[in-house]
Amino acid sequence: MAAISLQTATMAEEVKLFGTWASPFSRRIEVALKLKGVQFEYIEENLSNKSPALLKYNPVHKKIPVLVHNGKPVAESLVILEYIDETWKHNPILPADPYEKAMARFWAKYMDDKLWPAATKVVVSKGEEQKAVIEEIQEQLKTLESELKEKKFFGGESLGFVDIAANIIVFLLVAQEALGLMEILTEEKFPVLHEWYQRLVDDAVFKECVPPRERHLGFFKARFGSSTASK
Amino acid sequence: MEEENQIKLHGMWGSTFTKRVELALKLKGIPYEYIEEDLSNKSQLVLKYNPVHKKVPVLVHNGKPIIESLIILEYIDETWKNAPRLLPDDPYERAKVLFWASFLHQQLFEDMGRVITSDGEAQEKATKDLFEKLTILEEGMKEFFPGGTPSINGENMGLLDILMYALFGPYKAHEEVLEMKTIDPERNPLLFSWVMALTELPVVKESTPPHEKLVALVQFIRENALQSCVA
Repeated sequence: MAAISLQTATMAEEVKLFGTWASPFSRRIEVALKLKGVQFEYIEENLSNKSPALLKYNPVHKKIPVLVHNGKPVAESLVILEYIDETWKHNPILPADPYEKAMARFWAKYMDDKLWPAATKVVVSKGEEQKAVIEEIQEQLKTLESELKEKKFFGGESLGFVDIAANIIVFLLVAQEALGLMEILTEEKFPVLHEWYQRLVDDAVFKECVPPRERHLGFFKARFGSSTASK
Repeated sequence: MEEENQIKLHGMWGSTFTKRVELALKLKGIPYEYIEEDLSNKSQLVLKYNPVHKKVPVLVHNGKPIIESLIILEYIDETWKNAPRLLPDDPYERAKVLFWASFLHQQLFEDMGRVITSDGEAQEKATKDLFEKLTILEEGMKEFFPGGTPSINGENMGLLDILMYALFGPYKAHEEVLEMKTIDPERNPLLFSWVMALTELPVVKESTPPHEKLVALVQFIRENALQSCVA
């Protein structure tokens, strides 16, 4: 049975988010909506028993997240983030300058195209293969570290599009802990990124939008617990 | 050297990604310098501008590089706001276009690639996937072409037109090499008439490489892939 957490929709707008508690893609949308103070109704989907509403709003992919604004559905998390930014213009998450915007889109895509596939691989692989994937991830983190440089966040002074998309790293590190893997984002290897990560997870809005820790650890242990790093 | 409003495109003549950017620049009447890259021997410039992915196309505007074809297309649309507008201004309409752009760019493109680079059972499966996706696309595009047959000219071409052309413009070359139809007027009447309308446009014709060259390229890609699959 779908658990519904109702937040009062304002008279002028009706905003619904179909998501799942453990999906980084779903959680990204929560961050953006909360950053902009948008009231929304959250609908938790059971992916093995999708609601008729979800199937109606995303008939092509039948996936979450889907944002429904005044009855109109928007799908694909990065597309939804841009939609939110264009519709509720205060506290912008994307830069105004076209070049800076292009850079932000590139790095957000990097999270989805590079980091995410590696993260999903690391939890199902074992032994030498797993070690190789972890090395691959660390190469990616090195790239991100050199992109971040001295900035507080990828978005500059405050959380932006890329920081929100980078929530995948949170999920990766919870998985790392749950499965007893070697530490991936060490302060030693990634001094800059390590500090950024602390700022990210301490951010008032962001931290409301991560899965509850114990439940999340339990999720990874139950799902992928049979794979171990050391052989 | 004067870098004021200087636009350079590093690309590869047979690359569908490069084609997209060329078409967008031509449609908007933006003068640019084209640099053909030999992908086996990338110039120092490409490596300097795209150290992360080392790929083409790279658009360099006043010395600043932008990479990833979709991101480049959005950048072009946001920087040169003259007609044709590649994306709608309305956030919801824009989100719809971006949704289908992602479908064309990622899913259909990957399926097409698999059909070209496989044989036997693998190719049969890839072909089935492709046809299923084409059916979904046909259905989805009805909303964009309510009149039935697309009426497109150089003034109203948009992002989806560009992506469609880049993917299926070479359909004759694909058919010749694969000895089967990919886009079929009977199976996908709307999509087929769309591709026909696109390939007839003068601005598109002048960007289209000669048929024999395209056939040779598709042949090369296929043979290369099939050979590397042999144990």
